[in-house]
Amino acid sequence: MARAVTLNRRLFNTGLAWTLGLLIFFPILWTILTSFKTEAEAIALQPALFDFEWTLANYQEVNSRSNYPRFFMNSVIIALGSTLLGLLIAVPAAWAMAFVPSKRTRGILMWMLSTKMLPPVGVLVPIYLLFRDSGLLDSRIGLVFVLMMVNLPIIVWMLFTYFREIPGEILEAARMDGASMKSEILYVLTPMALPGIASTMLLNVILAWNEAFWTLVLTTTKAAPLTQFIASYSSPEGLFYAKLSAASTMAIAPVLILGWFSQKQLVRGLTFGAVK
Amino acid sequence: MSTTHTRNAARTMMSPAVILLLAWMLVPLAMTLWFSFQNYSLLSPGNESWAGFNNYKYFLTDPAFSEALVNTLLLVGGVLCITVIGGTLLALLLDQPMFGQGIVRLLVIAPFFVMPTVSALVWKNMFMNPTNGLFAFFAKSLGVTPIDWLGHHPLLSIILMVSWAWLPFATLILLTALQSLDSEQIEAAEMDGASSISRFFHIVVPHLARAATVVILIQTIFLLSIYAEIFVTTGGGPGNASTNIPWLVYRQSLLSYDVGVGSAGGIVAVILANIVAIFLMRMVGKNLDL
Repeated sequence: MARAVTLNRRLFNTGLAWTLGLLIFFPILWTILTSFKTEAEAIALQPALFDFEWTLANYQEVNSRSNYPRFFMNSVIIALGSTLLGLLIAVPAAWAMAFVPSKRTRGILMWMLSTKMLPPVGVLVPIYLLFRDSGLLDSRIGLVFVLMMVNLPIIVWMLFTYFREIPGEILEAARMDGASMKSEILYVLTPMALPGIASTMLLNVILAWNEAFWTLVLTTTKAAPLTQFIASYSSPEGLFYAKLSAASTMAIAPVLILGWFSQKQLVRGLTFGAVK
Repeated sequence: MSTTHTRNAARTMMSPAVILLLAWMLVPLAMTLWFSFQNYSLLSPGNESWAGFNNYKYFLTDPAFSEALVNTLLLVGGVLCITVIGGTLLALLLDQPMFGQGIVRLLVIAPFFVMPTVSALVWKNMFMNPTNGLFAFFAKSLGVTPIDWLGHHPLLSIILMVSWAWLPFATLILLTALQSLDSEQIEAAEMDGASSISRFFHIVVPHLARAATVVILIQTIFLLSIYAEIFVTTGGGPGNASTNIPWLVYRQSLLSYDVGVGSAGGIVAVILANIVAIFLMRMVGKNLDL
């Protein structure tokens, strides 16, 4: 809405929006700040915003005491692994649905979306028992598989909405120019599909990183990712605010940064292309 | 492009995804259904026997169930109200001309990327804790007795935490929808003498309806299965005050080791989710053009 507004109006909007924005962001800011305090300052009667002795001790302590790198690596492996595996299965499916649509395509897509409606607790017991009996409990490979399945409908949907926008005429033109099937895929379609695949990947890494049902239920130590690591602070260690904050900051920083870069794709991906 | 050959190729390309999802949905669900009719406890394996509808009777008549059902509805409804109304207002504000809009946007969407266990623990300890939390500090500065948020208002506390996490999502999607609103349409209405209130209700609201539908759908999917926030804060208590259906099922099956009753609960959860789903899919089906 690029209409002329008075400077006062603009200043008022700016003030209000910044106040609300900072208020919403404050818990994150506060966590980051607290992570640089000493434990005593973290629970001081007179909490300080910036005026305290900055220290990195909490980060060192969290790293040395709890083997943080292992949890971090588990998160990376599980988030990336489940996303890549999901793409491997979803790309051909979405491709077929976008370029060779049939009467059933719409039905299949809606059905896939409906599987997301199945509450995880509905299958909690069998998955838990199957995992226990096949030794997959607390294993990365098991978690990669489960998170892949959980996010597969979203991956297919997202890719479908991107692929659908690639005009079919381009293929026909390439074919008339004598392009073979192979070069058609390699030189014409792939470059056009890559941005969509990349954003799908980004969003799903974020979703898998933050998934907190299966990662909590199916892991204990070996395969535990950061969600489980933080949950272990629930008590009584959680009363050590500075260490909790340091651990939390390290757990959310990578995805917060990724997320900030992908906010446009996020809207599109999470709304199944309904809002762009 | 649709020769028989390409059709077959397309079917082959789709089959892994379809078969996997079908298996993922049917196999465990059939097992849950089977277990739900069995006397089956993890404490005495090998002693399974047919239970008929006893597990369902037990689960549904347990007073915890009705409490959990009400809590689930309050949780989903409360968070939806706060995030959709709050998100609309925020989106309208962020759509106005201002300085540093991009940065405000980044600030507002940040909570969405915080993993549930982190946000719940940060809120529980650093904000809502009645002795060391920041809310207690503000209360004491004002001379008021601090509130024991999670002790006395556990469900409300969880609603607030979850709303904080989902407000960015609603805001971002509604803002994106607002920005795609045709400004000429508004200007034309303005020139025809439509007041700003009637412009809002006749042009902006209908335009946002589709985006709001999507927000409600997606959020409901996730909100019906809230688990981590309860796991690290209240553990469903005190009593059953913050127990929702997923937590109740989890407690029955993995904390009380009663697979039979837990499975019956799981089936009940699936049925409840389906009732919601049928209603939601209708809304979305109409709003998504394929």
